[in-house]
Amino acid sequence: MVGLHKSEFKNPLVRWIDTRLPVFTMMQNEYGSFPTPRNFNYFWNFGALAMVAMMIMIITGIFLAMNYVPNTALAFDSVERIMRDVNYGWLIRYVHMNGASMFFVVVYIHIFRGLYYGSYKTPRELLWMLGVVILLLMMMTAFMGYVLPWGQMSYWGATVITNLFSAFPIVGKSIVTWLWGGFSVDNPTLNRFFSLHYLLPFVIVAVVFLHVAALHITGSNNPLGIEPKGPQDTLPFHPYYTVKDSVGICVFLIVYAALVFFAPNFLGNPDNYIPANPMVTPAEIVPEWYLLPYYAILRSVPNKLGGVLMMFGSILVLFVLPWLDTSPVRSARFRPIFRQLVLLLVIDVIVLGDVGAHRPEGWWVVVGRLATTYYFLFFLVLLPVVGKLERPLKLPDSISKPVLGGGGPLPGGAPAKPMEKA
Amino acid sequence: MRRIPLARLILGAALGGLLAASSARAADDTKLPKVEWSFSGPFGTYDLASAQRGFLIYQQVCSNCHSMNQLYYRNLEGIGLSEEQIKAIAASVQVPGGVDDNGQPIQRPGRPADHFRAPFPNDQAARAANGGALPPDQSVLELAREGGADYLYALMVGYSDPPADMKMQPGMMYNRFFPGHQIAMPQPLQDGSVQYTDGTKPTLEQEAKDVVTFLAWAAEPEMVERKQMGVKIILFLLLLTGLTYAVKRKLWSDVH
Repeated sequence: MVGLHKSEFKNPLVRWIDTRLPVFTMMQNEYGSFPTPRNFNYFWNFGALAMVAMMIMIITGIFLAMNYVPNTALAFDSVERIMRDVNYGWLIRYVHMNGASMFFVVVYIHIFRGLYYGSYKTPRELLWMLGVVILLLMMMTAFMGYVLPWGQMSYWGATVITNLFSAFPIVGKSIVTWLWGGFSVDNPTLNRFFSLHYLLPFVIVAVVFLHVAALHITGSNNPLGIEPKGPQDTLPFHPYYTVKDSVGICVFLIVYAALVFFAPNFLGNPDNYIPANPMVTPAEIVPEWYLLPYYAILRSVPNKLGGVLMMFGSILVLFVLPWLDTSPVRSARFRPIFRQLVLLLVIDVIVLGDVGAHRPEGWWVVVGRLATTYYFLFFLVLLPVVGKLERPLKLPDSISKPVLGGGGPLPGGAPAKPMEKA
Repeated sequence: MRRIPLARLILGAALGGLLAASSARAADDTKLPKVEWSFSGPFGTYDLASAQRGFLIYQQVCSNCHSMNQLYYRNLEGIGLSEEQIKAIAASVQVPGGVDDNGQPIQRPGRPADHFRAPFPNDQAARAANGGALPPDQSVLELAREGGADYLYALMVGYSDPPADMKMQPGMMYNRFFPGHQIAMPQPLQDGSVQYTDGTKPTLEQEAKDVVTFLAWAAEPEMVERKQMGVKIILFLLLLTGLTYAVKRKLWSDVH
């Protein structure tokens, strides 16, 4: 429909803009008065935290790119120059380097939140799937970013990961050559990885926009997993959740700062401070910690193509998760069996991460295979079956009832959040 | 509530996994000796006297084989040397000075703005002079080895005769802390390898400690500034968190 927007803003300049391009109205509707379930716990901070982490990564990344040289002969030295001679270059780089870890920590907790409280279920399937797309893009971006300093682990990590595609029959070798831009990981590879490492974050921004847009159609899930039934069940996003997110952001920044200022290389691999050398293979080639679980799955399968397919499958299975879970109940609070299984999955993924950091020898192989089996068993067998067999607990009538009811013990302790009552 | 033990279990497993992952590659049969470093801990700073003694060792011993390409002579201000001292140190070496009017390469005395002079013109020359082994660049060596400063110290003091049942490759030395225990570098430091001018007794342990302090500074010259900034930022964030939380409590007080 053509016509000026009817703005409710009083300020003449704001009103002038808003009638022509209603961005102020949009912000007011989506972040101001946006009705949000009143019973969020602090797990609902992690979407906002991921947004903050993403912005920090993009801003620091832009400044790093001003000083970085994507050339195999100069890349390592240019990073050291950033560390030594660029004003506060060490700060920018350490913030960026550890920011990748912080981004993944936050996103993994965000994903766990979605799993535990059933946020992927109807009508939020597409919202969830967009999230999985973001995870995939993040993994690609992080991997290519790790190649840029052109240390030993950069080079050999790039070699191992790109070589995975050679497992595919017939086209495999051609794909690898195409990815490399030559016949080994070399300058053309570094150039294109730099280009894509700069591009993909903006693709992530675009998908995040869609993710948030979809969220604002369905509205947020909540710890009870039941839809708000009226205004008594919701609060305006601002100021209630802007301030609650701000608390989370402060705590997030404390952890982040502790890493950056006091242990900036704690999560890194010492080998990446050795310049890349195609003639010397490191004793062990390991990815960054946030990719270790997938690496463990890859190495748990005795067949190369099988391992590659399982590794990709471990992410792809998340796309169909909304249809694998047959239970209509969202929140694990009301699903006693699912609750145990999903917490076991968390431990399972941590174990997989541990396995990924060790040589696939002796017990690590056995543990890796068991953990891989449980991962797929959970999604492909347990979820569909448990959804049918499990007897969920009785759901509360509405969000406001247990929240405002006060007093007596309630399922999962929704009102007894110590941080809000203390 | 019932949720707390489970949450703790998960957190514990997560931390355990993280620690196990970070120590996974350190697994060797020899445990590194623990050294008290001036630069460890959140308030640690470099012991500049020790770093200066370490630089003396670098000049007289290490730099015969090892390059330190990321450093400039001007950086030595960071271990407390004066401008005059730095000028004199730089001028004591000859560096490539471009070409003369006939197009012939010339050498000139170094300046503070020059990179540390490398002992060999290229890797091949370095290998040829060192029995085929390439002495690694020392600029970020402290960051590039599992165990960091502790490992480098251990390496300096870890030389001995090989065990009777060990078959050594020709030209290799036994060092119990080196991966595989066979290292091409002959023992670089002994008691009295250098003469200290400040009266410190040059024992092997003292020399090792000093040179590693210097290498740690070289790898992370920004460390002191970083930690000092970190203390301020964390204090600020703690305050901000407290304030934000108070605002949050106040705003939410009418909801519950």
